Amino acid sequence: MPLLPVRTMNMGLSQTFSKILANLFQKKTSRIGIYGPPNAGKTTLANRIAREWSTGQEGMVSEIPHETRRALRSENITITGANGKSITIDIVDTPGVTTKIDYNEFIEYGIARDEAIDRAREATEGVAEAMHWLREDIDGVIYMIDATADPFAQVNIMMVGIIESRKLPVVIAANKTDLPDASPQRIRTAFPQHPVVPISCLTGTKVEELYEEMIRTFR
Amino acid sequence: MRMQGVQIDLISAERLVRMPSMEKIRLILDLVREGTIVILETGLSPEEQSSLIEMTMQEILPDGFSGIEIESYPSKQKSGMFSRLMRGDDEYRRLTVIGPANQLKMIRRDRDLISAWISSR
Repeated sequence: MPLLPVRTMNMGLSQTFSKILANLFQKKTSRIGIYGPPNAGKTTLANRIAREWSTGQEGMVSEIPHETRRALRSENITITGANGKSITIDIVDTPGVTTKIDYNEFIEYGIARDEAIDRAREATEGVAEAMHWLREDIDGVIYMIDATADPFAQVNIMMVGIIESRKLPVVIAANKTDLPDASPQRIRTAFPQHPVVPISCLTGTKVEELYEEMIRTFR
Repeated sequence: MRMQGVQIDLISAERLVRMPSMEKIRLILDLVREGTIVILETGLSPEEQSSLIEMTMQEILPDGFSGIEIESYPSKQKSGMFSRLMRGDDEYRRLTVIGPANQLKMIRRDRDLISAWISSR
């Protein structure tokens, strides 16, 4: 092994020491994934968070399933709670997780065949990518469920099981409480082991409670 | 005369436990893509489920395979420290039904009942 000049060694040591100090005192940025089935309101929440806490780019929202076909990341968002505590996070808005995608579903929404096939291909790639992210790159999860839908749907059971097996902290957002059929209580019954926050991403109802829960869970 | 109908393969817990995860997922996807309904006596681990979703997405084709329908009973947490120590994981994996999305439709799913409708191709 070649010997390094003493000055270089000292510089190396002091740089390493500075790095250690910086890592000790630097605020950790966690990467939080918003997961859930298609049309649960993931992008609406990601957009709201970006709008309220950063100046990030917004994703497209529509009633067509799989509007989000690539994971979209908003970086360095600092959310501060009522008591002054805060978290700095990157938000990853992921495509809706499903086990099946048929391009004919898009045609039913009036999309031309070729575009529908392209959308389906992008959606399959996006879901595969989202699953990969969950295994490799995510530090915590906001799991979104449409509170008017059946929380015991297999995709929810599987996804929460996968998140638990990764030992990732999770907050469940029971979205669409502005709709008359919404039942956040059914979601609490389905997942009593996790915090469930009823919200309406559309109207903004109780999103502050979600932010407080995120600070408690992801800090 | 060729018999019309749907093939159903029931895979035993003993066979599943001997198989490495990727082999298990490959077998399931190969069978389901051929139109077979697969019933696993014991379900997949969360890690295997995650890989199954990812691999399913990679194999979807326009006018071909459109994905899977999968259903299982909710898992049960093991009770008692001794059983956890002996078995090494936290929950019982339970019976799971997997089929092609265009042939298998779930009608009802409760904690103790799965009701499904199967159509031929």
